[in-house]
Amino acid sequence: MTERVRVKSWAPPGHVRTPAYLRGRIGKIERPLGRFANPEQLAYGLAAEAVPLYRVRFRMADLWGDAAERPEDTLDAEIYAHWLEPAP
Amino acid sequence: MTSDPHSNWHDMGGAESGPIHRDGHDYALWEKRVDALMVLCSSKGLFTVDGLRRALEEMGEDAFESMSYYERGIAANNRNLIGAGVYTTAELAERMDRVGRRGDTYGEAQHD
Amino acid sequence: MPHDHDHFHHEGLSPSGHPYRADDDIALSYWQRMEIAVRELLIEKGVTTPAEIAGQIAAMDARSPADGARVVARAWTDPAFRDRLLADGSAACREMGFDIGALNLIAVENDAATHNVVVCTLCSCYPRNLLGLPPDWYKSRAYRSRTVREPRKVLAEFGLDLPDDVTVRVHDSTADMRYIVVPARPRGTEGWDEERLAALVTRDSMIGTGLPRPPT
Repeated sequence: MTERVRVKSWAPPGHVRTPAYLRGRIGKIERPLGRFANPEQLAYGLAAEAVPLYRVRFRMADLWGDAAERPEDTLDAEIYAHWLEPAP
Repeated sequence: MTSDPHSNWHDMGGAESGPIHRDGHDYALWEKRVDALMVLCSSKGLFTVDGLRRALEEMGEDAFESMSYYERGIAANNRNLIGAGVYTTAELAERMDRVGRRGDTYGEAQHD
Repeated sequence: MPHDHDHFHHEGLSPSGHPYRADDDIALSYWQRMEIAVRELLIEKGVTTPAEIAGQIAAMDARSPADGARVVARAWTDPAFRDRLLADGSAACREMGFDIGALNLIAVENDAATHNVVVCTLCSCYPRNLLGLPPDWYKSRAYRSRTVREPRKVLAEFGLDLPDDVTVRVHDSTADMRYIVVPARPRGTEGWDEERLAALVTRDSMIGTGLPRPPT
């Protein structure tokens, strides 16, 4: 995965662990976490594939714009690889 | 930002909300039992934590507003157990009836 | 004043130091009827036993912020342990003998320029296998909604005002990791042993909504 990533703007119904407030946002990989069983499958009692998981760091300014309390404060979240795409 | 408010009510990051109430409560025994059942049943592979979360999400926002954390917990636990075929809805209904007939308090109802 | 929830677990008492609420005279609710019914069905069908349920309750009761406080105190006094803790939080806890089960723990460290705070916006994920059960406010709509957007305002409501030269880092436990904040060691504790230091570490300081107690 590239260092800079964008969270996909998907909006599926059903059980997902990518918060809405991060969708479409650009951040940086803070660290890879290894592979974990896909919760989107586990939630339905299905055998789950192991998917790479990353901690991604976002600037508060990139999440909230002018509403950010301090632009360089950060938000780290764990995002599964299939929700990420490379960003410039 | 969410396209389906009915399935995504639980996805609350960034939403407006009011003051944070910091008073807590001491867990009641029945709540600790709910917690224990959630841990034990998932560790035995009857369902996953993900399945519990999904059941909680599907219960909808009204449940979050009107039910306590462990009320929702036992409700989600039960949905998963029925889904796993551990007992039937009828078995649960019959047992809940029987429990209710034992008395009006938790203390009375927990003993057969 | 909000009740002080920094008392750690005492034998036979709840984590706040009070006895458990007496269940016996609570009017039976629908969901309590369900809990009793589900538990009995699980036992009758051989899924579990009363002893196993009691054992799980006891295991959870035995976990409290005091365990996390000991981890923090060791990190404060042992730089090599601190490095191991930051590299692999779970391994460091197991090294100290804690039974944390499958917990995947990441420790994030505060310093003069950085303050960390933890939240789970999607549900209420919390490092329960190390710290015990979370406080009610951590599971509330207000905390889950606001902490990712206005952490400084949230922290100010907890009595913690951070200056502008400190960077706030919020951690949203969205997936398989759980987080513990390693607060900055209070000044005036030079030469203190781990036990004395651990007594300064509060639950809220390990979530990030508070600071350790100052030395008295």
